[in-house]
Amino acid sequence: MNIWLVMIIIGLFTFATRFIFIALLERIKLPRNFQRALRFVPIAVLSAIIAPELGYTNNQLALIPTNPRLLAGIVATLVAYKTKSVIWTISAGMAVFWVLHLWM
Amino acid sequence: MNTSTSPSREFWFGVRAELPILLGVIPFGLIYGILALGAGLSPFDAQAMSTVVFAGSAQFMTAQLISAATPMLVVIVTGFVINLRHALYSASIAPYTKHLPLSWKAALAYLLTDEAYAVTIIHYQQEGELTYKHWFFLGAGLALWTCWQISTGVGIFLGAQIPAAWGLDFALPLTFIALVVPGLKDRPGVITAAIASLAALLFFGFPFKLGLLASAFVAIAAGLWSEGK
Repeated sequence: MNIWLVMIIIGLFTFATRFIFIALLERIKLPRNFQRALRFVPIAVLSAIIAPELGYTNNQLALIPTNPRLLAGIVATLVAYKTKSVIWTISAGMAVFWVLHLWM
Repeated sequence: MNTSTSPSREFWFGVRAELPILLGVIPFGLIYGILALGAGLSPFDAQAMSTVVFAGSAQFMTAQLISAATPMLVVIVTGFVINLRHALYSASIAPYTKHLPLSWKAALAYLLTDEAYAVTIIHYQQEGELTYKHWFFLGAGLALWTCWQISTGVGIFLGAQIPAAWGLDFALPLTFIALVVPGLKDRPGVITAAIASLAALLFFGFPFKLGLLASAFVAIAAGLWSEGK
């Protein structure tokens, strides 16, 4: 396989998906509902990235109290809610994750 | 509090806003570097992918699929699908960049990663003059870009020195938690987050990571519905 060909095509696709609306917005008028929907984009996409990282281990659903990532994620969520601090959230989450990892 | 802005103030403000996130990105970059070599990429190709593709999850996926001798077309289609979420980011940022020349738009689009988007959209959604906010975007984006290039470089250099058992890759979802949770200020926002999480768990098995986009769409619809009630 030609790795460079794959890289360049994926790179161009990636740039195109990032560029398309930024470039074209002047020429297309977005429907009102679409504009209302945009407010929910960051919450929806990032939450959908997070949940499987916490809830799955080795491609198996693990919504159980012995899953270190799930517990650490819940603690991190509480810390994020209380402190609104990125550093405290990561520190608390990693600390819980490591402790549980050593323990279990 | 000084409310006056200038390009350089906004730029450095953007760099500073991005700094805590880099904590979560560095291990991810290190692990990508290590993994890409493990997948059989040359050090040069592995580093080049960080500038040509510049998208963490797509780079991981490409390295993994290449090592599994996946057909080229499947690698390309999968990379495209994984990165489709950037079109949502692009649409979400677009109203704020409308006034910029095309060269600025192209540069900012290249820098539009999950991490740069997350801090930039928060900044755009806050009150204040739009005039120099694209400098904030540029600062955040370049801080991430520089960090990504260096951390993948170090990862490639280190090879397999960092044991996977440390679980440093877990810092990235934690970073996203830190970004999403403080933004959940009203009922529609909370409902969007809850539905997105639930759907992402249910749709996890969808091929080509399509579950991510499907979950996002279902959750956005739920947020709209809740807001309209």
